[in-house]
Amino acid sequence: MFGFSRAQAIAFLAMVVLIAVCPFVLYPVFLMRVLCAALFACAFNLMIGYVGLLSFGHAAFFGMGSYVAAWTMKTWHVDASIAIIFGGLTGAALGLVLGYLAIRRSGIYFAMITLALAQMVYFFCLEAPFTGGEDGIQQVPRGHLFGFIDLSNDMTMYWVVAAVFIGGFLLVHRIIHSPFGQVLKGIRENEPRATSLGYRTDDYKLIAFVLSCMISGVAGGTKALVFGIATLTDVHYSTSGEVVLTTLLGGLGTVFGPAMGALVVTSMENYLAQFGAWVTVTQGAIFMICVLAFRRGIIGELGAFLKISL
Amino acid sequence: MITIFGIPGPLLFGQLLLGLINGAFYAMLSLGLAVIFGMLNIINFAHGALFMMGAFASWMLLNYVGIGYFPALILAPLLVGIFGIILEKTIISRLYKLDHLYGLLLTFGLALVIEGLFRNAYGSSGMPYRIPNILQGATNLGFMYMPNYRGWVVVAALVVCLATWAIIEKTSLGATLRAATENAPLVQAFGVDVPRLITLTYGGGVALAAFAGVLAAPIYSVNPNMGTNFINTVFAVVVIGGMGSIMGSIITGFGLGVVEGLTKVFYPQASATVVFVVMVIVLLVRPRGLFGKAA
Repeated sequence: MFGFSRAQAIAFLAMVVLIAVCPFVLYPVFLMRVLCAALFACAFNLMIGYVGLLSFGHAAFFGMGSYVAAWTMKTWHVDASIAIIFGGLTGAALGLVLGYLAIRRSGIYFAMITLALAQMVYFFCLEAPFTGGEDGIQQVPRGHLFGFIDLSNDMTMYWVVAAVFIGGFLLVHRIIHSPFGQVLKGIRENEPRATSLGYRTDDYKLIAFVLSCMISGVAGGTKALVFGIATLTDVHYSTSGEVVLTTLLGGLGTVFGPAMGALVVTSMENYLAQFGAWVTVTQGAIFMICVLAFRRGIIGELGAFLKISL
Repeated sequence: MITIFGIPGPLLFGQLLLGLINGAFYAMLSLGLAVIFGMLNIINFAHGALFMMGAFASWMLLNYVGIGYFPALILAPLLVGIFGIILEKTIISRLYKLDHLYGLLLTFGLALVIEGLFRNAYGSSGMPYRIPNILQGATNLGFMYMPNYRGWVVVAALVVCLATWAIIEKTSLGATLRAATENAPLVQAFGVDVPRLITLTYGGGVALAAFAGVLAAPIYSVNPNMGTNFINTVFAVVVIGGMGSIMGSIITGFGLGVVEGLTKVFYPQASATVVFVVMVIVLLVRPRGLFGKAA
């Protein structure tokens, strides 16, 4: 029903098994970070991999989702599910406005415009009273899910995050394999031809952008709940760069690439955190290596080696 | 005291001058980006990092070798320009056959590496660079006191921008360059070494960024993040101006600096975002940019 090929179905099952087994072996909070990053990267991959537009401002949607979820949770003490939904809606609404402006240009200009617009969001968050400026929103309670599931336990929270990730992952996959997704791929390959066939390509691009931003907002909101904090880092352009790196390393336009990339990038950051600015150097070096020698990414290369599409 | 729109004159002119200085940097950086984009078809995300390297080069020349400001104004762009030429020859030239986006990703990675290395070596706090003696002090212009160094920055930037414009628009080298931008294979068929021209263009654009870095060193503290702080705004400037015209980049850069300065006087809260607001308006009214060619 989700348009998985045989190989993809097997890979998907393997991923679900890993998600189920890992918290018993590894630290659940670390795994939740990976899952949030993976969902964010899946959302980003929808744009770059299937519409062919490189957004350099996705942190705006992730960060605003994170801020709004944290704020609603802390001020209104709503249900966790409501906070995450608010995060997603914020991402979608912001995506609609910024996307409407950005899709007027394509290619390199699209990247620069999204970067600049995200920078504007960053300055807004720096000044706006509700974000708490440099301090961010701290000590956000995790609260309850559906009124009766207490999320303060890490394992309980983990299963919720895992469910959100798998839901988002399947949603992205469903979008890509719908007739709508086919049109998107058509636009990526040859936009004038898609136009001549009667498709309003700008509308398609905008809808895809809004969907991608919505899922980014959900990822941001979930992250805010897990760590109980929403800060300027979430809207900073380095977060935008990180999601580009994650997706590029995993494999642009592959189904499982973003998740794989998130695992590698997050582990690397975790490991290198003690070495200060070497994280930045390593990230930059990975960017360069990926572009020069490794453009298909980990999953893309693996798929090419096994002659299957993953 | 003169007041203009209820604002004291010295305050207004002071902010206007600050705006012109920011505008000078926007102009020099967006000019370099436009020249590089014209020839190489890549957006040089490392431009901010190379600007920062220019500032650091002048700082190092002073503190390690004892070479002062004015020689550094020539030497630092030369050194960073050579670094740029090496980068182009060894790394960037491998990407010309690929999608433009890969060039963007590669230079973004490059910027991260350069900035990370400088942050490791020098920390993020920044180091002061003294204004050279001859440019210390201020001049009374009648309506305001102008710090000499700031006046010098505006004049030097303007001269360099106009010189770049003259080279590209008025000399035979510039004519070849413009021809190669339009149709590289044809120019190559006339016996011009286009790959070398591309390399030199990149070196030139990078040297321009480094020159701006040297000018910036005494104003802002020399620190590894100084490039990124600027470059995000510069991308908005590039979108507003469009990369089609050299003079357009210069005018847009200075103009937006002035707009930013005026915003600081009349509505300070918006001063950080005004350039982006202008970009939004331009995108709505004239998506290809003020001086951009139709797609």
